[in-house]
Amino acid sequence: MQRVGVFVCWCGSNIAATVDVEKVAEVLGQEPGVVFSTHYQYMCSQSGQELIQNAIREHSLTGVVVCSCSPRMHENTFRKTCEKAGLNPYMVEIANIREQCSWIHKNKEEATQKAVILGRAAIAKVHLNAPLTAGTSPVKKRALVIGGGIAGIQTALDIADAGFEVDIVEKEPTIGGKMTQIDKTFPTLDCAACILTPKMVDAAQNEKIKIYSYSEVQSVKGFVGNFRVTIKKKARYVDETKCTGCGLCTEKCPQKKVPNAFNLGLDQRRAIYIPFAQAVPKIATIDADYCTMLKTGKCGVCSKVCTAGAIDYKQTDRFIEEEYGAIVVATGFNPIKLDQYDEFAYSQSPDVVTSLEFERLMNAAGPTGGTLLRPSDGTHPKTIVFVQCVGSRCDDSKGKSYCSKICCMYTAKHAMLCREKYPDTDVYVFYIDVRTPGKNFDEFYRRAVEEYGVHYVKGMVGKVVPENGKLKVQASDLLGNRQLHIDADMVVLAAAIEPDKSARPLATMLTASMDTNDFFTEAHPKLRPVESPTAGIFLSGACQGPKDIPETVAQASAAAAKVIGLLAKDSLICNPCTAAPDELMCNGCSSCEKVCPYGAITYIDKEFRGPNRTTLVRRVAQVNPAVCQGCGACTVACPSGAMDLKGFSNKQIMAEVDAICR
Amino acid sequence: MTYSYFPGCTLKTKGKDLDIWGRASAEALGFHLQELDQWQCCGAVYPMAKDEIATRLSSVRALMAAGEAGQELVTLCSACHHVIKRVNRDMQTDETIRDRVSRYLGLQTPYAGETTVLHYLEVLRDRIGFDNLKQKVVNPLTGRKIGAYYGCMLLRPASEMGFDNPENPTILEDFIRAIGAEPVVYARRNECCGGYCTIKSKDYARKQVDAIMENARACGAQELITACPLCLYNLTENATDGLPVAYFTQLLAEALGVKEEQK
Repeated sequence: MQRVGVFVCWCGSNIAATVDVEKVAEVLGQEPGVVFSTHYQYMCSQSGQELIQNAIREHSLTGVVVCSCSPRMHENTFRKTCEKAGLNPYMVEIANIREQCSWIHKNKEEATQKAVILGRAAIAKVHLNAPLTAGTSPVKKRALVIGGGIAGIQTALDIADAGFEVDIVEKEPTIGGKMTQIDKTFPTLDCAACILTPKMVDAAQNEKIKIYSYSEVQSVKGFVGNFRVTIKKKARYVDETKCTGCGLCTEKCPQKKVPNAFNLGLDQRRAIYIPFAQAVPKIATIDADYCTMLKTGKCGVCSKVCTAGAIDYKQTDRFIEEEYGAIVVATGFNPIKLDQYDEFAYSQSPDVVTSLEFERLMNAAGPTGGTLLRPSDGTHPKTIVFVQCVGSRCDDSKGKSYCSKICCMYTAKHAMLCREKYPDTDVYVFYIDVRTPGKNFDEFYRRAVEEYGVHYVKGMVGKVVPENGKLKVQASDLLGNRQLHIDADMVVLAAAIEPDKSARPLATMLTASMDTNDFFTEAHPKLRPVESPTAGIFLSGACQGPKDIPETVAQASAAAAKVIGLLAKDSLICNPCTAAPDELMCNGCSSCEKVCPYGAITYIDKEFRGPNRTTLVRRVAQVNPAVCQGCGACTVACPSGAMDLKGFSNKQIMAEVDAICR
Repeated sequence: MTYSYFPGCTLKTKGKDLDIWGRASAEALGFHLQELDQWQCCGAVYPMAKDEIATRLSSVRALMAAGEAGQELVTLCSACHHVIKRVNRDMQTDETIRDRVSRYLGLQTPYAGETTVLHYLEVLRDRIGFDNLKQKVVNPLTGRKIGAYYGCMLLRPASEMGFDNPENPTILEDFIRAIGAEPVVYARRNECCGGYCTIKSKDYARKQVDAIMENARACGAQELITACPLCLYNLTENATDGLPVAYFTQLLAEALGVKEEQK
């Protein structure tokens, strides 16, 4: 029989207002085996913990039950408390009388009764607890960053700075992400390329950083400290070790009619291409969808002009296996497709563009060389209408319910730049609200209105009608309480942003949770914003929620700090609550092996003593405790009841159920 | 399949083509529209006043008649559909209106909007299926460039009418595709035609119609189709130089070959 101590916490008024803590302590004190029972205002505080430690020593407790908040909150705290007083930490049980009791009940009598029952269950379990010792598992001192945009680059640079190896996997032929397409950055208006490309070069030149461009993560196995990742290097039909990036092939390729994805289809490129002049790595890639040679076997111009002999039409996808201690997700965002918003005539007129397209039209390296020209006829637009919240803050199923956060600022930037470069333009911005919190952000927006004379109109555009080369904009001016009809030359739509499509399958591979919008969920929205609830998975940038560049970089560095903290450890303490088979009961059916998501179970042939001094060889399950995560799937799958989970054995669970039903 | 059918006044007078060809096509497609006995005018305009009961009564009677027959209620006219569907929703959601209507009509059990109201286009899309319709077409209208004209009432308010996106509708375009023609998407297809102002200000109505016609023509439309008798009247009578306008049921009948049979 254990000598159990019961400690009932008030949690200030969180528990005590709804549960009669004094009574709970008194009733539980009568339970068999309980030699000490008390209550205290804040059990997790220093004095509360001392109270527990003193009781362990004075009453020679062998088991402790704390009736308090969820074990997710303070189980670790109380385990450490007891360990310091000489008790095995796994002899502590938590009865959750806050989240599962006081917070959800109103009637004090009922809540008190429930708290008692929950306490009884914990006492029944602790009687069957056995001391457990945690093992350790080594940490592979290498990190993987998935996504090579500004978020991924910053995270990789910071991890490398701390002296750890880090690999970047980028699905595009170059790193740099969305920021490479942006012209200027708010609120300082410095050019995006000038601040980004040095970082791209830094990443490429850093000895600790390895860049897998034009690559994707194929599969992820293992767990924190020991991830095994397969990376697919997609065939680019160019030998990376030979290509010098001279670009001759991209000038000679006869296939000229390929929509240029880097310029969002506003102009055309060749079938073999380098996305832009500052690409990293600066290596040509053949677009297999358009290459005549790959499609028909007739052409080979690029191969003929390539002096380095780098073209390889027979190249195939390659798969690389690597081990990592930590994985950072930095998969970023994309603007939404505008099919559902054709009232703005996006599909009807080339002069209706998205903000990202507008960014390319303003960019010196863009299709118009930085001169703002209408895509339809190449004339200079005189009246430009910006429409905000296209697909953001929608209350129907067409768009996103959330605010995309970055649009107010980039629209102010666009409007301001238009007026500065072309003072003869009339610029309108239609908005629901202008949201510009952030350092120097509101000042920036006010400058657009006050100094640059941008017409900000509160209200939405209802319809855009392309007619006689003009875009007839119908809109409401809510403050003026009137309808507006504007003959515009261009309309720019601030499309909502959404997580990249690659995020969802990746989350499945990583068993990392996502919200309904496919943004990765953080372990705690306030206190652990850069970690996924899945151990060893970290979040960087817009994959976690809409973010501008300053915020993305801040989060990227924060994620790096967390990764460095993990990689700095030589080993991690394992969870000792792992599965263990009873070999005598195991019938060798392999059911457990099949359900184990971590590959922790193997089978061996083992000798057993049979009757009359005979030996039997039987096939039995073995669990690798360093790999087992204690999920319990095998214990349920085992048809003969041979598999059990330490710390959560069938007997312990049944004892809890019995105590509740008593 | 048999549906209860509420034609509405206009479909018996000026808008006969909408009615006749709708019914004939239904037979060809294998469903029957059973006209409600002794139906009354829908009220023509949905009453905005919350305490207005009398103008809701005829809609409720039609809805209840369909309910008693155990059938869904189909309409063809945009305006009738608009009024009946919204009144039905009032009966579902507004306790005061439900209570007052029930007492006025002396109902034993109050009517709470149990009847399903369908527009003929919904029957085509959701019950028959545009793919199946396509297979029944004997005279595909190949090569004809047709603009859909939705008007204001067929789809709005979206939260109540709830069968297509009023800003970017597709149901008529899909219909046009199903009968073998080419739909022309133009921006003003869901703008108000000005029909309601035609008595007060013919000039304004004309301005609206001309804008719609000009836009449709610029986008390549050769003809327009609609489901609304008032729109059709206005688009034909008040256009300076308009495209031909027909009811969608006329083209449906043409495509299904029922027009020739009846000639």
